[in-house]
Amino acid sequence: MSPTATMSPEPGSGSPRRPSVLSTGTRATRILGILVLLAFGWLALFGLVFSPRDEVQKDWVRFLYLHVGSIFVSYMAFGVTACASALYLWKRTRSLVWDRVAGASAEIGVLFLCITLMTGSLWGKGTWGVYWTWDARLTTTALLLVLFIGYLALRAVDGDREVRAKRAAIAGLVAAADIPIVNQAINWWRTLHQGRTFRILGEATIDGLMLFSVFVALIAFALLYVWLMIHRLRVAQMEEYLEAKGLEVAIAERLAEADPVTTP
Amino acid sequence: MWRDLRLVAAKDLRIEQRSRVLTTQVAPFALMVLILFAFALDPDRGILESASPGLFWVTVLFVSLSAVQRSFAIEVADGGRDLLRLSGLEPAAIFLGKALALAVQLAVLEVLLFAGVVVLYGTDLKAGGVALALATAVTATIGLATAGTLYGALAAGLRVRDTLLPLLLLPILTPVLLGCTRAFEAALGTTVGTPISDGWPWVALLVLFALVYTAGGAVAFGPLLEDA
Repeated sequence: MSPTATMSPEPGSGSPRRPSVLSTGTRATRILGILVLLAFGWLALFGLVFSPRDEVQKDWVRFLYLHVGSIFVSYMAFGVTACASALYLWKRTRSLVWDRVAGASAEIGVLFLCITLMTGSLWGKGTWGVYWTWDARLTTTALLLVLFIGYLALRAVDGDREVRAKRAAIAGLVAAADIPIVNQAINWWRTLHQGRTFRILGEATIDGLMLFSVFVALIAFALLYVWLMIHRLRVAQMEEYLEAKGLEVAIAERLAEADPVTTP
Repeated sequence: MWRDLRLVAAKDLRIEQRSRVLTTQVAPFALMVLILFAFALDPDRGILESASPGLFWVTVLFVSLSAVQRSFAIEVADGGRDLLRLSGLEPAAIFLGKALALAVQLAVLEVLLFAGVVVLYGTDLKAGGVALALATAVTATIGLATAGTLYGALAAGLRVRDTLLPLLLLPILTPVLLGCTRAFEAALGTTVGTPISDGWPWVALLVLFALVYTAGGAVAFGPLLEDA
């Protein structure tokens, strides 16, 4: 089920219409949820049992499956944020749906990026002996995290819904445009100082079963992303509905209060 | 367009000339940061001198934050933003004008700070590196001013702008800090074995950054100005 199927297509302005479902779960998402669980079970089986230990990295290599899966999905999520921001800014496709997509995707991207950095640090401690090293890729990833935490902080500032959406869309696009420049600068910085000391993956040989486990991880994380997105979007839609509804209820109550005074 | 740009820039500079906030508050703050670095790093062992390009540009970054905040504080007070919208000036010209005024102010602060670094940290500029250092400073200042003005407009009018702006702006400015520091290291010869020619690719990166933010800011400023 696509996340937009339950959204009422709304024009840029006006109060949000009542969502067609008043729960974040439907049968489709429950089935999807079960699929996600199965995929992670499958991943656990392959990652922990079937795939072999690495000769050099020992069992630490098993972190790789979570690490690669989560970084893949977080890059995809930030890509979705950038596209949705552009679609919101383009007048012909302007809709608050895109704003919600951008926000939800950025939140999930930040979550997965945290998982990436945590699993990466633990893996680094196990194999390199340090939690962190100023490798170009590590530094870029850390900056990406701060960049999108800033984006989420900007989104969290309250104010007029439309104004907030436009501001967030501009910030989302600028952040995305900045990533290649940051990447280039940091790559130069590290290569001018010293050659790359570490490689995340041995380029030449990776065991077939390991590669397959990485593939399983990608599927599992991608499914989890879709599941989280649908739920987050529905929550956002309901939040907005509640906000608008809450105001209507308050006005109605206030009017009812005033009634006896005007009619003697 | 050019007339609008000059008007806005002259307005901002005139306000600064009369209020003297940057000269009486931000410049002394910058000096204080230079002194703090000396407390943090042992001044006797030459660490300050070898790290001076980085310390100089980190200080410039802090100063830019204050300057950007000031640049938009004067618009928010007394409903300046609404007046700007009513004035019928082109949004792109307002953006460029404000960025120009900011760049001029930053340039003055950078000259003062550089004098501070020379006096306090014992840094000296060799004749061969002058062109590189100047090119770096000019392109970096344009980048700082344009990115700062864009983000200043983004955060202006928010109640949390003072805490939000550093979080938004500093990650964006990372390439500038990296570029300036490396180029200055080459120009000043603080790292042994770094030829001056190593600095020029960084200047190219700074030019790219300045171009991206000048264009991006000029396009985005109109929509940003609309929502007061």
